[in-house]
Amino acid sequence: MKPAKFDYYCPKTVDEALSLLEEIGFDGKIIAGGQSLVPIMNMRLATPECLIDINQLNDLQFIELDGSKMKIGALTRQAEIEMSDAVRKHLGLLSEAVPYIGHVQTRNRGTFGGSLVHADPSAEIPLSLMTLGGTLHIASKDEVREVNVEDFFVTYLTTDIMPNELLTEIHIPLPEGRVGYSFHEISRRHGDFALVAAACQLSIDSQDRISKVRLVLGGVDAVPLLITEASELMEGEYLSASLLNKIADIVDEVVNPESDLHATADYRRHLAKKLAVRTVKTAYERARGENNECS
Amino acid sequence: MSVHEIEVTINGKKYREQVESRMLLSDFLRETCGLTGTHVGCEHGVCGACTIHLNGSAVRSCLIFAIQVDGQEITTVEGLTKDGELTLLQRNFIECHGLQCGFCTPGILMSTTDYLQKNPNPTLQEIKEMLSGHLCRCTGYEGIIKAIQKTIDESNLNYEAERR
Ligand SMILES: Cc1cc2nc3c(=O)[nH]c(=O)nc-3n(C[C@@H](O)[C@H](O)[C@H](O)COP(=O)(O)OP(=O)(O)OC[C@H]3O[C@@H](n4cnc5c(N)ncnc54)[C@H](O)[C@@H]3O)c2cc1C
Repeated sequence: MKPAKFDYYCPKTVDEALSLLEEIGFDGKIIAGGQSLVPIMNMRLATPECLIDINQLNDLQFIELDGSKMKIGALTRQAEIEMSDAVRKHLGLLSEAVPYIGHVQTRNRGTFGGSLVHADPSAEIPLSLMTLGGTLHIASKDEVREVNVEDFFVTYLTTDIMPNELLTEIHIPLPEGRVGYSFHEISRRHGDFALVAAACQLSIDSQDRISKVRLVLGGVDAVPLLITEASELMEGEYLSASLLNKIADIVDEVVNPESDLHATADYRRHLAKKLAVRTVKTAYERARGENNECS
Repeated sequence: MSVHEIEVTINGKKYREQVESRMLLSDFLRETCGLTGTHVGCEHGVCGACTIHLNGSAVRSCLIFAIQVDGQEITTVEGLTKDGELTLLQRNFIECHGLQCGFCTPGILMSTTDYLQKNPNPTLQEIKEMLSGHLCRCTGYEGIIKAIQKTIDESNLNYEAERR
């Protein structure tokens, strides 16, 4: 299958890209790794009039430690994140989740920012960022604005970004203290999109009480679902079997999965409960230093 | 704005050609350059038959537009051999029956070559994960996995022999 005709622009600087975006507006589409956009164009589900290729914007390709946060350029390839020692050391959740994205051949090309803007509800990077927290830096010709990850995802394949805007970088706070994280997903085959995915990051105090926790589920709603009720329940508590049961009950109540060719809504709900419990448990064990899979 | 001139280096040779912006790199390689070793299967990045190396990394050529590779370096399956000699991996594909119809083979050779350069000692599980980016309908992957494992073993032997 072949894409429809389009005009092609390849800006060399961010400023040039922003001017083009301003000029072209709704007729244009940014292409980063192309691993989601090009299949859609090949199937003619999208027929943009202009493509603005950001692959020459080397300024948007970096992983940088800056005090208490990590800065990642939007154009950073997923494979670079997977290989990065700094990411493994400070944001282990990302190193654990990224290898589940498609195949290494797609991660070599697909970008961090492209996955966020594409906003597939079961994609690994949106889920991980929602768990880690952080801000997205979005530039247009006139301003740069910062959006918290909680406000970024609007619905299926839709984010807070406008046609004249470019995602430039993402800032993620480094977790501090006794921290544990965990990522799990169930897919039909390695490399397929997750039926359901779950990620958790938590910190515990000197008595092993949970002081801060974020549990996020993917594939169960239109956006990565932050289970705030579970955080409220867990904070200040020790992890116990009864607490885990309560978390499963909350998940049962708040998720909103759909049925499709691959799985029924009921099965997804079942997976959501199981994976939520499993990720929280693993994260807690790791925070206590009991699960030495974690560095 | 929809027809452009590009210059790319493919298998060490320079090509200067006119392309329409919507031309996929896979079609450019096959139809414009006559390099039909790169196969086209699903055209949405799943089957892996069109995998090539772009600046040294394995990628799908059906998910890149030819215009995007202006000034860059590409290797296709035709570029793997050195002076007409098959590589160790290619020879082991023959030896271990790593192919039947051969349609998926060029893509798998390209992915594996890149992968082994970056990860010289993968586990069986890692090999399988790398191969999950390719669909082969004939062999059930058994011969392919054997060919890859044999290549790893023999490269390590060579490496040790060189050190001695
Ligand atoms: C076979 C296959 C399997 C896959 N499996 C998975 C999977 O399991 N999990 C998963 O998460 N993904 C999967 N993907 C998709 C993933 O590989 C993509 O890389 C990713 O979703 C999109 O990133 P990209 O850089 O390729 O973006 P593109 O495809 O180039 O762009 C995606 C969208 O984002 C916009 N965009 C990109 N960058 C910016 C920016 N900086 N600012 C503003 N807008 C921007 C584009 O305009 C477009 O709308 C798979 C892809 C393939 C081909």
